[in-house]
Amino acid sequence: MKKLSLLLVFVLLIVTLSGCGATAKESITVYNWEDYIDPAALELFTEETGIEVKYVRFTTNEEMYIKLEKGGTAYDVAFPSDYLIERMIANDMLMPLDKEALPNFRYITSWMQDPDYDPNSAYSAAYMWGTVGILYNTKMVSEPITSWGAMWDTQYERNVLMMDSVRDSLGVTLCYLGYDLNTRSQSELEAARDKLIEQRESGVLLAYGVDEIKDKMVAGEAAMGLVWSGDAVNSIKLNPDLAYVVPDEGSNVWLDGMVIPKTCKNYDGAMQFINFMLRSDIAAMNSQYIGYSTPNDGALEYLPEEMTSDPNFNPPEDVIARCTFFHDVADVLDVYNRIWLEVTAN
Amino acid sequence: MHRSQKSASLPFIVWMVLFTIVPIILVIVYALQNGGGDFTLQNFVDFADPIYINVLLRSIGIALLCTAVCLLIGYPTAYFLTHKGLDKKGILILLFIIPMWMNFLVRTYAWLTLLESNGLITSTVNAIRHLFGAQDDVRLLYNYGAVLMGMVYNYLPFMILPLYTALDKMDKKVIEAAEDLGATKFQVFVKVVLPLSLPGIASGITMVFMPAVTTFVISRLLGGAQFKLFGDLIEQQFLFTGDWNFGSAMSLVMMALLLISMGLMNRFGDREGGGIL
Repeated sequence: MKKLSLLLVFVLLIVTLSGCGATAKESITVYNWEDYIDPAALELFTEETGIEVKYVRFTTNEEMYIKLEKGGTAYDVAFPSDYLIERMIANDMLMPLDKEALPNFRYITSWMQDPDYDPNSAYSAAYMWGTVGILYNTKMVSEPITSWGAMWDTQYERNVLMMDSVRDSLGVTLCYLGYDLNTRSQSELEAARDKLIEQRESGVLLAYGVDEIKDKMVAGEAAMGLVWSGDAVNSIKLNPDLAYVVPDEGSNVWLDGMVIPKTCKNYDGAMQFINFMLRSDIAAMNSQYIGYSTPNDGALEYLPEEMTSDPNFNPPEDVIARCTFFHDVADVLDVYNRIWLEVTAN
Repeated sequence: MHRSQKSASLPFIVWMVLFTIVPIILVIVYALQNGGGDFTLQNFVDFADPIYINVLLRSIGIALLCTAVCLLIGYPTAYFLTHKGLDKKGILILLFIIPMWMNFLVRTYAWLTLLESNGLITSTVNAIRHLFGAQDDVRLLYNYGAVLMGMVYNYLPFMILPLYTALDKMDKKVIEAAEDLGATKFQVFVKVVLPLSLPGIASGITMVFMPAVTTFVISRLLGGAQFKLFGDLIEQQFLFTGDWNFGSAMSLVMMALLLISMGLMNRFGDREGGGIL
């Protein structure tokens, strides 16, 4: 027994000592979406600042929010979307951003410096933005798609991919029905639910997915899929038969920001990271790598002409005009979750 | 117990307490609370909703089917592997185990590619069908069959290994005796081999049924999130909806179900003291 305790003490000693060794080097933990940064940008950051980055990924906003809310891991920087930034501010989960320490903040397009979910960007700095729309295979559809109705058209049997993400799939269905995608009306949400169930039962729907949608579209596996604009840009690069459209009925325009949760361990390191990502050349690098639109005015000159002139990458005014931002619906979140459960669990 | 034996069991006891007992207590505590931390049975009342019951029944259904398919494939395979004259038996068994060295998620992603329309399996199947005059193409991904396929593929080794163990350690003299006494091959199998391998069957069934009934991810990936299983629902409560209390209640229901089925199985299995569990 004595030997065993000695061994235990020894093991504990090694663990704590090696622990010390690891923390001596400054580090931050970053929590970002899948496929949402150029890995080279992370390396450059570490090279220039000496701060190690522990990089963790998530698939949907909801998943990220739960992790931050329930604690467990302390994240120094996270990348939530507009409506979740709104909820996190309301729930007092974010640190204010010290603009003095963010000289590169000035590169952000003026209207995104003051988004309505976070006045004056007190808690968030815009990272990427884009729209939600239909990515379709021009060889597999009879005519160019202009309406959400195509995703319910029975000629595309087992050919439609929807997003396994409550706000996105419900949101575009509400748009299709002519309702507000931030609706709190039970009857409108139920109408959207019935529409989504109809999409399954009529056999149009092939599958729900998130990150696999773009792979399946590139592989020619389905005629159309609901995607975020950046994924569309990337997929079209890989398969020129694909096209992207934001339907006439309108859609969602979104803005993802960088925030610092209250549970952060290294505020200064996190600020350095955000400032680094706001640097125009780095913003351009990320945008080029992942295909999403950059809110960084300075980045545009670093980007090739064919990208900045691409309407999918840089949505024109009229497309933005028919799109709406998501807002948090925390008070009716139960209704949203229930509706989504009824759609997917039936 | 000898002192050194006692201290040898210490790591196991520490492990059990930390990673089994404490988590189970946490699950029970969470399940009996509401979001505000007050005692309630409401989570179980909420669970009585047909939408959850239906998913639970679907999970049990597909798990039973998966177990049956595994048994139908696994028993003959295990029986074949114990054949006296079989050469290179070790290699054959190794071939069953090698896939298990890889993470199941990676293997499931592979199926996602194999089963897509332009994938190897689907295009082969369609080419053969066209040879026989079929005009249309079948699609193998994103349906009930794909989920079942993924489950059988992942859980089959758990059926074969205990069956193989049970069949292999069977006293061959008993079989010879039966043959000497004039039993036909069929009689030997039904009256001797099958009863003696029951413990192996029981533990194979348990080892497949339990992970099968709690399956998640496989159903989401290969079923395109349209064939929600109970494991998916629990995952959703924890990762997306964030209602850990309700999620814990669902987990408790699942655990109770597993304990009952394990109890049933043990009535066959432990009598002979065989199998793996």
